[in-house]
Amino acid sequence: MVAWFRFGSFMVAYIVRRLWQMLPTMAGVVLLVFVLFNWVGGDPAYLLAGKMADASAIENIRRQLGLDQPYPVQLWIFVQQILTFDFGNAWSTGEPVAQIITSRLGPSLTVLIPLTVLEVFFGIALALGIAFVRGSLTDRAVMIACTVGMSISILVYISVFQYVFAYQLGLFPVQGWGSSLGENLRHYALLPIIIGLAVSIAPTLRLYRSFVLDEVGQDYVRTARAKGLSERRIVWVHVLRNAAIPIITHVMANLPALLIGAFLLERFFGIPGIGREVILAVERSDFPVIKAITVYVAAATMVFNLLADLLYRAVDPRVQFR
Amino acid sequence: MTTLQTSADSAGLWTLAWRRLRADRVAMAALAVVAGFLLLVLLSSMGLVAADWEDEVAVNYAPPGFVGADATARALAQAQLPRATPPNAFDPLAAELAALQAQLAATHPPVAKQTTLLFGADKWGHDIVKKTIKGGETSIVVGLVAALVAVTLGTLFGAVAGFFGGWIDDLFNWFYSIFTSIPSILMILTVAAVLQQRGVTTIVLILGLTGWTGPFRLMRAEYIKHSAREYVMAANAIGASNWQRMFGHILPNVSHVALVQMSILVVGFIKAEVILSFLGFGVPVGTVSWGSMLNEAQNELILGKWWQLAAAAGAMAVLVTSFSLFADALRDALDPKIK
Repeated sequence: MVAWFRFGSFMVAYIVRRLWQMLPTMAGVVLLVFVLFNWVGGDPAYLLAGKMADASAIENIRRQLGLDQPYPVQLWIFVQQILTFDFGNAWSTGEPVAQIITSRLGPSLTVLIPLTVLEVFFGIALALGIAFVRGSLTDRAVMIACTVGMSISILVYISVFQYVFAYQLGLFPVQGWGSSLGENLRHYALLPIIIGLAVSIAPTLRLYRSFVLDEVGQDYVRTARAKGLSERRIVWVHVLRNAAIPIITHVMANLPALLIGAFLLERFFGIPGIGREVILAVERSDFPVIKAITVYVAAATMVFNLLADLLYRAVDPRVQFR
Repeated sequence: MTTLQTSADSAGLWTLAWRRLRADRVAMAALAVVAGFLLLVLLSSMGLVAADWEDEVAVNYAPPGFVGADATARALAQAQLPRATPPNAFDPLAAELAALQAQLAATHPPVAKQTTLLFGADKWGHDIVKKTIKGGETSIVVGLVAALVAVTLGTLFGAVAGFFGGWIDDLFNWFYSIFTSIPSILMILTVAAVLQQRGVTTIVLILGLTGWTGPFRLMRAEYIKHSAREYVMAANAIGASNWQRMFGHILPNVSHVALVQMSILVVGFIKAEVILSFLGFGVPVGTVSWGSMLNEAQNELILGKWWQLAAAAGAMAVLVTSFSLFADALRDALDPKIK
């Protein structure tokens, strides 16, 4: 009881300290985005006003956006926008930015969660399987196949899979998105998930293999062998528990990046997700949308890094919070 | 590969690395392929190869030679032959036009468009092989220059941060944490949105300015390690300035890290350029790159014209595979401790 209480208070103190350490980085991200869009990017009023703008129209837009204020005031407006989750309306469609983000999150996650779960599952299974035959011809052949697989552009995977499986064979819908989760999972998200898996399995396998091979040389593996455990038990129980630590970090740290990284899948298959929204926003120079997504994805990355560290503790009791 | 001046019995780092590399047959094969691609880039940038890729030498979508011309291609070739306009008795300029046409025929004899090419033609009848070489030039040059920019920035920042330490180190680490908390592809797209310009220089800048974090982390660690070594202290004792110690003494000893980082980044940047150009944020209209070829090929695939996709994807896959294999071998050769 006392131990748990102490553990709990340690953990709270740890989390508070980590969140406190995030503040300078977060401030830096806000500052970087602000400098990029308000200083490097030039005056968006000309962009918004269109080709036949007169001076008063431009002046009007500048006043509405707060661009006639000095830079510190503009920065304060931006900070307020972030804290209140209110970035106003998107320039191109007039849809509130907050609504864009919340409504695009669902479709992205519908693809990403099954994709990540399957990727980790297959990655671990294959990496441990390869660990049995490390150094053999099979191992080398699989690694070369991975290098070749990784060198083919993701664009080619998507184009060809979409053409063959959806267009030619008609096994999946070519494009589209439904309104219910079940329909999307059964119907529209299937092919994107398969392609995502095909693209990501080669780098994942290479990485997980290196994690596993780091462990098989350790003393505890030799001890386990000396005890007479089967190779199967050593790999699937002893090695897996230790190799899980870097795997968890990798998965957690990459989740927010994946949200954006699936943009090509979302674009090809017409999935109304975050990634596709970023592409559209860049195409339309819709600055509020890009600013909002960049800031929140950066925040999510930091939070997920913290979560990864917390998960460490759950998996590996040797890890101490300092 | 340069060799340091060493006596016969104690080979330097680079000589040893080169020997290890020579012994690795996969690495040498990969190096040969990469060298071949670089040679093509050089020849094509000097205008010796594929300078005439924009000539419409074949009919639209002429199939590759090994597939053979189809009926559509033959019909197109017939239709595209220059035809004489029917004579018009009331045309006051008839005599002049006839003279002009005769002159034109003498200087530019009409050529029948080809119905097949070695690897087919695109929508406008450009030779795919030449187009792939020209596109490769753009993609590879962008990858190389952007990697050079990123590694230079990373080395410079890493050197300053690692060598001086203290608040300078804190400052650069702060930059590092900012840049790494934004996923790189989002960072690239954000900068692309802000810059609003399309062009080869823009892509190089975007990739170079966002890609310095990896080299920075490694170079900083190397500089922290080396700045406490005895040879650096000795240099300090004989009065070498900070900059001399950083770039005259330490840099040659850690430059292999930069080289490996660069070869890894080139691969990543070539892939990134292809995706950027595919999305239309990359090379401007009129410049061909592997990305813009894949962009065209996406629509052609639905018409069953697969050759442009195959050419661009194949060339890119071969180059990237060789480059990655070579980069791995280079890392193993230069850092024998890591297996």
